[in-house]
Amino acid sequence: MIAWFAGVQIAVAVVGALLAIILGLLGRKPSDLTMGPLILVELLLIVQVVISIVAPLVGNEPSGSLLEYWVYLISAALLPIAGGFWALIERSRWSTVVIGVVCLAVAIMVYRMTQIWFVQGL
Amino acid sequence: MPDTIAPRSADAATPPTPRMSGVGRVLVAVYGILALAATGRTAVQIIERYDEAPVAFTLSGLSALVYIVATISLVAPGRVWYRVAWIAISFELIGVLVIGTITLVAPDLLGAGTGNPFGRTSTVWTLFGAGYLFIPLVLPILGLWWLAKHRPAPETTGASATSTAVTPGASGAAA
Repeated sequence: MIAWFAGVQIAVAVVGALLAIILGLLGRKPSDLTMGPLILVELLLIVQVVISIVAPLVGNEPSGSLLEYWVYLISAALLPIAGGFWALIERSRWSTVVIGVVCLAVAIMVYRMTQIWFVQGL
Repeated sequence: MPDTIAPRSADAATPPTPRMSGVGRVLVAVYGILALAATGRTAVQIIERYDEAPVAFTLSGLSALVYIVATISLVAPGRVWYRVAWIAISFELIGVLVIGTITLVAPDLLGAGTGNPFGRTSTVWTLFGAGYLFIPLVLPILGLWWLAKHRPAPETTGASATSTAVTPGASGAAA
């Protein structure tokens, strides 16, 4: 895991979360403005999957449980997909809020992942 | 109580699943995410280090199951699921209050380190769900409030009640 990349992920997810929650509460349906960050969050998670496969091979080992890390990463990567489909099927303001909730959950899970990788076993 | 059911059932008759409308969807989404998170973490704890805190991990597993049941029961229509939702969400509220208090007062009672909400052995309910932004504490309260506001429409009155009342004679023949 690369610290700055995780930082970027968390920042993007938090911005996407705030944007979607605010716009959703204002009554907006899911749009490019809210779906865009969600897709970006998912793309960053896929990059994180690649990083996490490569990192231990080049000597960047997690300090904590690798299994626990992967459970978080895969769960996080599934969330935007579920939230995205939800938003496509159910076009209401609450779907926009759900997008925000999903982004927030991803931010929290990536933060937990950094703890597992950098702090847990120390 | 009966007074509130009558007008609600009138407008709730049109949508098939009244509990899944509006902001209730957000509630379901949060429940789903929590169920996923709790299940994943507990699975890891039980697979990797069950010996470290068997009581805490068993509780974690139980809470994860209840979150899954609660999520399903919020989505599924009908009176039975409505009752299941009440039971599951009440159980969660009691769980988070009891385990929250135990981990606050006696951090090591359920196993070493279980009082630390971010530790290797913590549960979803440790310190009232502090490791999950206190969502496990807030969610059941919102859930119960939501359920109280969205009672299911009284379905084909007492169809199940009469069938069970009639069966004593018929059940012998059926069995």
